[in-house]
Amino acid sequence: MVLSRATSTDSSKEDAVLEPVFANRYMQQPVKRHVFPEDEMPREVAYQIVSDMLEMDGKPRLNLASFVTTWMEPEAERLMTASLNKNAIDLAEYPACARIQELCLNMLARLFHAPVSEGQTAVGTATIGSSEAIMLAGLAMKRRWLKHRKEKGLPTDNPNLVVGANTHVVVEKFANYFEVELRMVPVTPDCPCLRVREAVQRCDDRTIGVVPILGSTYTGHFEDVQGLDEGLRALDLPHGWRVPIHVDAASGGFIAPFLYPALAWDFRLPSVLSVSTSGHKYGLTYPGIAWLLFRNDQCLPQDLIYHIDYLGEDQPTYTLNFSRGAAQIVGQYYQFLRLGFRGFRRVMQSCASVADSLREQLEGTGMFHMLSDADMGIPLVAFRFKPNSPYAHLSERELSDDLRRHGWILPSYQMPPDMHDVTVLRVCVREDFSRELAEWLVRDIKETVGRIKAHADKARARRGEREEEVRKEGKAEMGAEEKVGEEDGGKGELSMPKAKPLC
Amino acid sequence: MLHNIVDAGDEDRVVESVFASRYTSASVPKYRIGKDGIPKEAAYQMIHDELLLDCNPRLNLASFVTTWMEPECDQLIMESLNKNYIDIEEYPITNDLQERCVNIIANLFHAPLGESEGAVGVGTVGSSEAIMLAGLAFKRQWQNKRKAQGKPYDKPNFVCGSEVQVCWEKFSNYFEVETRFVNVKEGSFVMDPHEAVEAVDENTICVAGILGSTYNGEFENIKLLNDLLAEKNAKTGWDTPIHVDAASGGFVAPFLFPDLEWDFRLPLVKSINVSGHKFGLVYPGVGWVVWRSKADLPEDLVFHVNYLGADQPTFTLNFSKGASQLIAQYYQFIRLGFEGYRKIISNCHANAAYLRQEIVDMGCFDIYSKEVGVPLVTFGLKDRSNFTEYEIADLLKQFGWIVPAYTMAPDLEHVTMLRVLVREDFSRSLADRFFSDLKMTVKILEDRAAQLPRPLAPATAADAPAAAAEAAAAVAHPPAPAAAAPAAGKKLARNLADDEKYTFSPIAGTRLMPPNQGVEHTHSPDPSALRQRTFRVFKKNSIAKTNGVC
Repeated sequence: MVLSRATSTDSSKEDAVLEPVFANRYMQQPVKRHVFPEDEMPREVAYQIVSDMLEMDGKPRLNLASFVTTWMEPEAERLMTASLNKNAIDLAEYPACARIQELCLNMLARLFHAPVSEGQTAVGTATIGSSEAIMLAGLAMKRRWLKHRKEKGLPTDNPNLVVGANTHVVVEKFANYFEVELRMVPVTPDCPCLRVREAVQRCDDRTIGVVPILGSTYTGHFEDVQGLDEGLRALDLPHGWRVPIHVDAASGGFIAPFLYPALAWDFRLPSVLSVSTSGHKYGLTYPGIAWLLFRNDQCLPQDLIYHIDYLGEDQPTYTLNFSRGAAQIVGQYYQFLRLGFRGFRRVMQSCASVADSLREQLEGTGMFHMLSDADMGIPLVAFRFKPNSPYAHLSERELSDDLRRHGWILPSYQMPPDMHDVTVLRVCVREDFSRELAEWLVRDIKETVGRIKAHADKARARRGEREEEVRKEGKAEMGAEEKVGEEDGGKGELSMPKAKPLC
Repeated sequence: MLHNIVDAGDEDRVVESVFASRYTSASVPKYRIGKDGIPKEAAYQMIHDELLLDCNPRLNLASFVTTWMEPECDQLIMESLNKNYIDIEEYPITNDLQERCVNIIANLFHAPLGESEGAVGVGTVGSSEAIMLAGLAFKRQWQNKRKAQGKPYDKPNFVCGSEVQVCWEKFSNYFEVETRFVNVKEGSFVMDPHEAVEAVDENTICVAGILGSTYNGEFENIKLLNDLLAEKNAKTGWDTPIHVDAASGGFVAPFLFPDLEWDFRLPLVKSINVSGHKFGLVYPGVGWVVWRSKADLPEDLVFHVNYLGADQPTFTLNFSKGASQLIAQYYQFIRLGFEGYRKIISNCHANAAYLRQEIVDMGCFDIYSKEVGVPLVTFGLKDRSNFTEYEIADLLKQFGWIVPAYTMAPDLEHVTMLRVLVREDFSRSLADRFFSDLKMTVKILEDRAAQLPRPLAPATAADAPAAAAEAAAAVAHPPAPAAAAPAAGKKLARNLADDEKYTFSPIAGTRLMPPNQGVEHTHSPDPSALRQRTFRVFKKNSIAKTNGVC
């Protein structure tokens, strides 16, 4: 019997439909990285290639680095998928989507205690994320300040913005791109967020505003917006300038109203002229949605507004992006309708309780020192190896890298300037992070720490022996060299380029 | 047996049928988050039903933006809805796909890249973000240069045609750069390069050329702009660069007009933006900006994030956003390849040519769009004394079609036009369907004009049998295979059988009711009142800023 090889794998295009996906000739050729492929390929094959590549990405559900929603009910997914091909800016063509956006904004305005009485109505817009929202808010602050300066006949150069050093990178971007000086209040180990007194001290008549964070990205602390409001109102600046507040409530905007309803951080405070919050964080919607609200239309200078046609009516818009999908707006509305106030509260309570339990378990191991606030804040746990303990010499970064073996994505960050020597690990507790998963995580952390500690101790012991030998041989200078190595040896890799929590 | 459910407790919720639940009879909390939640089925159904009031995206001829993709790609998008684009460290492959797309596009636009040199560019939410980033780079580059020369840098400007998309005006306003508009003129509806170059001075950060005017799809003459500007630069010693806004034309020109020089082949073109969600064939939410080389993007605008211990530069206005559109863009690139894109865009072009010829043959319209340009047809009435383009647009809406009417950019505000975008999914059979509805619309308006102020019932009655016969013919014959591209000049026999296709879209399905019903509805209750109302509403339409939206 003759064994013959199948002749050609280069079957003609017409045969492609008959081939099993992985036996297809396109699977045997490398996909060129940088040039437009010359020819078409069957869609199943294209799907399989892209889908297989994406297998190598981290699993969103096990990504503990991010506040951003990774799970929604299948009903919400169905609605969103059906709206993928709708362009949210086409208000005239998609009036129901436009209406849904309006309803969401109204609900949020009331949730944040915006004045909705006659003649003083809040205005707002949907954005892609808190970045767009913060840039728009900053731009409005800058324009308001310019208007004030021009009215008084004062020079309009060198505006500045006051923030804590723990601010999100978008504020730095805003300052850079829109040419505003950034005045950063350094953080300290006792207060790793905006210190109100220092912030107020840095304000002058060129301060376009102060941006406190409701939910510091590093440690989840709520900054003292009420104290800031009082401090700013007590300021007596030249030319009658009143410094306004924009609250970056990216993560806390959907926490505080449900868990700490008595906390005044929103439009209840007179200096707060605008608030932004991410729908795709604790608003429980997939990435691509945030909200920006202004106290009233006077807070939003009219010359920034563009008008587009909405059913023959003139519809004002204020965005940096233009065409965008409508799916996330629909998803947000689904969550509002589906969960209601009580539903949101239950979800947030459950996140907080999982965070509490995780904190207790981690503290119980005796390995870690907690940096997040146990009493109030975002449901997250920020921790580092306990100083002055048998674990102090271990590296958070190494723990983070090693945890990937178990599938967990738990990044380590360097704290902002003035606390740069501190590295933290941060677990964001999202809706879909159950108590069961938390227990698995703790088990894996304990196991991993045990391993890296054994490893580090062994290395240390070996080094100790070597030093001993060195001493015996009387080469003291080499020992000194080794010592220098040891000082940053254990945590040497920490001095990497600045790693900021992203979202 | 029917019975009212009064106030079902929490436990009862799960057994209720959706429309029998109390939530569908109580009004939904409108402006305040409801105190309690509602079952997910009920929430789904309510929102689903509310969205029925939206127009059908597929019949939206107003927009360039993609409304159809292959089911395989829908699947990929769904699977990645929960991925955050900015989490580079967590989703390295997604980031790699972005890099591949940037390189593919840069190569498509003939960026002068060395052997192992990576292209410089970024995926954005749309062309608006892309244009702002490009404009910002030009502004910073110019400022740095002026600072170095010790010259003032407080009055930057840029030059563009008055037909630019509104985002250029936004850029000018938000980033404090003066705009110098070159107004469009009769005959050519785009910027005149001679005038543009004349407007350039030492404070000009860039000249913006547009590949595919939103008004009529016309391409500006970027080559001439480049040559004239190079001449001026040589004379004055400035080095004013060009940005090409190829939002709609960037995925048309390389496939249909490969010899047209508009991209990085021209030395002064330093950056180009293109919308992935237009002829890049991806759902809304993706645009691209690419720079000629690393030197054209000022380093001080770039932020660095940590990526697996390595440094990852980013330059965006948005931060967290979905990654799915980016993945979909890569799918389209490898699925279609150059050949696939060429075929699709050629189809669009052929269908546009066909539609244009049909409209020309009607005799009552002038055509404003050009042969070389984005696949679309813009046309306006020769005679506006009886009815206007706005009335046509309004009536077409009743057939399910969304066709915008708008006035031309300054100085041609007296020109009103209707614009039909021919997208991938606008097949020949839909074109035929549209054309027959357009004819009927014009006929209704003509009859109405002839018979005013008398009641209009007879006219519609006369239309009814013809339309009914048309519908019957549609059912009787199988659809003809999509014909090969006809020569633009040749009038094809109308193939009514193609009309059968319309049943695949739900809103067009309303056409299945007796045609006279739909028509009658437009006349009730009082035709003259309606005319007045629509006129008033349309008047507002013609605000300058409401130019072709996207």
